[in-house]
Amino acid sequence: MARLLSFAVFVAIWWIASLFAGNAKLPPPPTVLTAMIAEARSGNLFFHLGATLARVALAFTLAMALGAAIGYLMGRVRLADRLGDPWLILLLNLPALVVIVLAYIWAGLTEVAAIAAIAINKLPTAVVTLREGARTLDAALDEMATVFALPRWSRFRHVILPQLSPYIAAAARSGLSLVWKIVLVAELLGRPNGVGFEIGVAFQLFDIPLLLAYSLSFAAVVLLIETLLVQPFEARSSRWRPRAA
Amino acid sequence: MRLEVEIASKTFKSAAGEQHDVISGVAFALNAGEVGVLVGPSGCGKSTMLRIIAGLDPDFQGRVSRPAGARIGFVFQEPRLLPWRSVEENVRLAAPLADEPKLSALFEILELKAHRNHFPGELSLGLARRVALARAFAVEPELLILDEPLASLDTALASRLRDEIAMLVDGRPVITLLVTHDVDDAVRLGDRVILLSPRPARVLADLPIRMPRGARGEVEIAAIKSEIMRRIDSCPTRQDGS
Repeated sequence: MARLLSFAVFVAIWWIASLFAGNAKLPPPPTVLTAMIAEARSGNLFFHLGATLARVALAFTLAMALGAAIGYLMGRVRLADRLGDPWLILLLNLPALVVIVLAYIWAGLTEVAAIAAIAINKLPTAVVTLREGARTLDAALDEMATVFALPRWSRFRHVILPQLSPYIAAAARSGLSLVWKIVLVAELLGRPNGVGFEIGVAFQLFDIPLLLAYSLSFAAVVLLIETLLVQPFEARSSRWRPRAA
Repeated sequence: MRLEVEIASKTFKSAAGEQHDVISGVAFALNAGEVGVLVGPSGCGKSTMLRIIAGLDPDFQGRVSRPAGARIGFVFQEPRLLPWRSVEENVRLAAPLADEPKLSALFEILELKAHRNHFPGELSLGLARRVALARAFAVEPELLILDEPLASLDTALASRLRDEIAMLVDGRPVITLLVTHDVDDAVRLGDRVILLSPRPARVLADLPIRMPRGARGEVEIAAIKSEIMRRIDSCPTRQDGS
């Protein structure tokens, strides 16, 4: 209910603002909705959204898997931390644009380059978060697992993973938003499809309804994925915690 | 089956880089079916000793020989349960081979039947300690290590849990090592009481109790206790706690 109200307020503000700004700069909601429906009818909207989502899914999975593994290693092994730290600091502070442009120069305007560039941008934040998580692993539970000779897999799944899950959720949450932001830039610069590409086209044509239609559809998909996937996962992984009053 | 412990010395290095002696010469041996009780002032290095005996701390001078491939059941001072797993899952994870009738019997004895599906965060400390006991017994250990399992429980509950431990230990030929600073617990549960000095710990006396646990009445217990207290007082040691 509160979410719906929040959405209504957003539309109302938009509508009022469009009255002041004028149709050319900020078209009112119905105009954008019409553009959206037209794009959906032609199938373009779903094609481009699909292309973007596929890139997000691939880059996100890649960065999370790699980032979690590296972060865990750096949190547990001192030498790995020492060796990896300068790289981590470099990657953390390297502007996304530099990574994307270099990836396209070195690997060509290819899908691999785009996905790798997005993944490399997200990787260091996942590493940092998971390293923090691995550092806080409870030594007491570790001893318990050793004494009771828990098999490796069972130890990972029941002792280590649950302790890391808040960190994984945090890395996923912040990483996903980073990926959402970067994927469009990567598409704008070097892909022939995807929401970023379409926004580039709309920008060049100064087609603001089209631009907003894609931006808002994209935002809707992000919201949907957050509510349907990320939040339930977070709720499930913290099910055992006593409820806050 | 026999546990032999000879710890010549164990030192800790503090964060400031100073050396601290924790153990300076502890040696004893226990046979299967025997309950050895380590009694000593708190902070004398008992928990450190248990960690060494369980193989958790290889950094010491000396030798510990456990029965080869012995399964260990360890009841830590804190329950050390996995907060994200239910009571039953906690026990089953440590003892994947335990079958349902056995677990039911254990939960029945420790009065945990109603709590099988609860998470540790929903339990009182007394209940959590009982889950830790259930876990240690469920693995059918050859070596059972109990680190002050009855500390900070009220007297009635502690005495009930003590009877339950005695019952479970008598049911199987297991080497049991119990740490306490409560002489009463020591006398009621032990076959052998090993008195330890303050830090750095060494053995002050190794006192066997010949009478079987079940046959000890209140009079006998009081007699053994006063004998032990006399030994403690004759050493330059202060007993703290009860």
